[in-house]
Amino acid sequence: MPKVKVDGVEIEVPQGATVLQACELAGKEIPRFCYHERLSIAGNCRMCLVEVKPGPPKPQASCALPAAENQEIFTNTPMVKHAREGIMEFLLINHPLDCPICDQGGECDLQDQSIAYGRGHSRFDENKRAVTEKYMGPIVKTVMTRCIQCTRCIRFAEEVAGVEEIGAIYRGENMQITSYLEEAVSSELSGNVVDLCPVGALTSKPYAFEARPWELRKTLTIDVMDAVGTNIRLDSRGRQVLRAVPRVNDDVNEEWASDKTRHAVDGLVRKRLDRPYVRRDGKLHAVTWDEAFAAIAAVEHGGSVAAVAGDLVDCETMFAAKALLKGLGSSLLEGRQTGMDYDTSSLAAVNFNTTIAGTEEADAILLVGTNLRWEAPLVNTRIRKAIKKGAKVFAIGPETELTYKVEWLGADLSVLGNLPERVTEAFGKAAKPMVIVGGAALKGAHGAALGLVETLGLVKDGWNGFNVVHMAASRMGGLMLGYAQPAGISALYDAKLTFFLGADECDHARFTGFKVYVGHHGDRGAHHADVILPGASYAEKSGTFVNLEGRVQRGERAVFPPGDAREDWTIFRALSERLGQTLPFDTIDELRAAMALDCPELATLGLKTFAWSAPALGTVAEGVLEGYPIKDFYLTNAICRASPTMQRCSAELVHGESFAEAAE
Amino acid sequence: MGIAQTIKAFTLYEFVKAHALTLKYFFKPKATINYPYEKNPLSPRFRGEHALRRYPNGEERCIACKLCEAVCPAQAITIEAEPRDDGSRRTTRYDIDMTKCIYCGLCQEACPVDAIVEGPNLDFATETREELIYDKAKLLDNGDRWERAIAANLAADAPYR
Repeated sequence: MPKVKVDGVEIEVPQGATVLQACELAGKEIPRFCYHERLSIAGNCRMCLVEVKPGPPKPQASCALPAAENQEIFTNTPMVKHAREGIMEFLLINHPLDCPICDQGGECDLQDQSIAYGRGHSRFDENKRAVTEKYMGPIVKTVMTRCIQCTRCIRFAEEVAGVEEIGAIYRGENMQITSYLEEAVSSELSGNVVDLCPVGALTSKPYAFEARPWELRKTLTIDVMDAVGTNIRLDSRGRQVLRAVPRVNDDVNEEWASDKTRHAVDGLVRKRLDRPYVRRDGKLHAVTWDEAFAAIAAVEHGGSVAAVAGDLVDCETMFAAKALLKGLGSSLLEGRQTGMDYDTSSLAAVNFNTTIAGTEEADAILLVGTNLRWEAPLVNTRIRKAIKKGAKVFAIGPETELTYKVEWLGADLSVLGNLPERVTEAFGKAAKPMVIVGGAALKGAHGAALGLVETLGLVKDGWNGFNVVHMAASRMGGLMLGYAQPAGISALYDAKLTFFLGADECDHARFTGFKVYVGHHGDRGAHHADVILPGASYAEKSGTFVNLEGRVQRGERAVFPPGDAREDWTIFRALSERLGQTLPFDTIDELRAAMALDCPELATLGLKTFAWSAPALGTVAEGVLEGYPIKDFYLTNAICRASPTMQRCSAELVHGESFAEAAE
Repeated sequence: MGIAQTIKAFTLYEFVKAHALTLKYFFKPKATINYPYEKNPLSPRFRGEHALRRYPNGEERCIACKLCEAVCPAQAITIEAEPRDDGSRRTTRYDIDMTKCIYCGLCQEACPVDAIVEGPNLDFATETREELIYDKAKLLDNGDRWERAIAANLAADAPYR
């Protein structure tokens, strides 16, 4: 623990800290462009110069200099001020003065720092450098003349995203950042380079010229595109959400978000259900709420009522539907739309017990039937980090590119009962072994995977290495609220009255009874419905979500639902009155209080740990995995399917259509 | 009543004096102007009706940077933007609510490309409030109509900026 002096104040810094980190610990702001906490150190922008004694009598780059015992650091001497002014003047030599047409304007590091540390004018009257635009795919727009060559994007692509597709060519002033052969960057995390870019060289293509940061209302909420529960901020203007950007949460998403999280928001204003519909003579007719409720009240269900929870719904909606069904005398609840019927008697056996952050510490990892890159991209980045620390990764399933080195054990599940020696050897040596079971294997190999807990010693003091990856934001919350039937969704097919809570992925034709769709998009579920009740999307309600590791998180409402659409729980509250089973809550707070009584884990926010107990299941797994449950990463739910950006991503990055010529 | 006053009274002195004053102004040049046909000179800095200008080649100047919208103290300006077909940044909507506007001139100060200006026109009264909510077409039309006067004003004021 070296002791250093920063501007005369003595502080103790952790071993291995840099001078820049020491200054930050002392509360001094050090300007920087290339340095980023989560990326490797490059030291090429020189903006973080400070004066260090003992040392050569010149300013030194603090981001790349280790803090040493008895160092004296000065951040506000004339030498430092002069050095910063000089560096800023050099950076601005080739940077165009096009802030008024730059999307970064208002949230630009270069703008802010040139105000704070620059000279205010330039002595350069030669011509500025100009760089041709590069094509980087449907998400990232490039204006490469603005690039200050900090190389953050290159380091992100290589270190975090794991696709070595962004690089630099030429050198010195002529250095240019480009994607490999100017093809689209294939990473599902490519949107993060937009946030990383300290200037306006890489900006968001779908958000181009839409808004300025100062006119946006910022709402903190939780993403529902996958089960990771990415913490996001929705930026809205008026009644429209314009963009989603990640928040920092080291336990969940660090500060990354997948492209789906970021760019599916333009689907929120398309194909929306904004009024109730009733099907008459095979056609849907727009009606009033009263008429829609009357049509539901007319159904003679005799207590045979079911509810199917979709992938995007919040716990409040599921609880309101559950309470209504309870009043009607039924508990036919199911959320696993694709026909999963894994055992849910122990939530620990279907949870991501290691936690997302804990994945980094694992030293031997076995992936069973999961394409993590698409099922939970931000868990995949954690595995990359674990590999950097020396973890070995094995995988069972059809081979796919996971962005890191994996030893494939074939697609035959029977290998679970008879693991090759090199696997057992690696796990035998591992202090923190981990098995991750994905959706493809959960149907046939849940029991066999649970058997590995014994044979590989996954559960020990302070470590639980058994993990299940879910793909739906509503899944863990649904399981906690009892949205699971032993026989799976087929138990619901014969219900006389079925409520679909934004459920678009199930086989609607198999349901024989009266179908009521409560949701926000005119997607598959709405096409089959007899009555449509327009609900709110995740951006339009305050909702509680439980992510795949059992972390209870709550989001706020960013905008209001369109037209006649209402928040889902209020729909059930109003309908319950019409059906003569009035629900005992009138406000969202009363609902949450009732929900907390029903499911105490949902009473408070934060990570919930489930006591480990494995259900007794058959430990024999057979069958060959044909593929993974997600066929198209960009089109997994109704919001994505309505989003033009996601459709283009799908066409270009999954189906290989070329749009490069169409770009300017 | 004194003698002087008596004489004044009998000679209608006050009466004649008043008429003499009237007659004097009758022959003096007029102070008023024939307003719609004649106008008083205005300062080049006069802040009247808004206009959106174009470049000489016909391209609109406004680049949708939204600085005027941000600076407007009355929040009278509303702008929406998107990429035009050629990829350039342009407004799809540029509205000024002239009933909200306080004619402070901050928008033209903020404009980096001299697109939004307050021109010399001051008589744009209307019969309904709706007509005072200007859209982009109206503002561009103002710009075309007043371009010569606006350009002359900007040139006259340029040495002092």
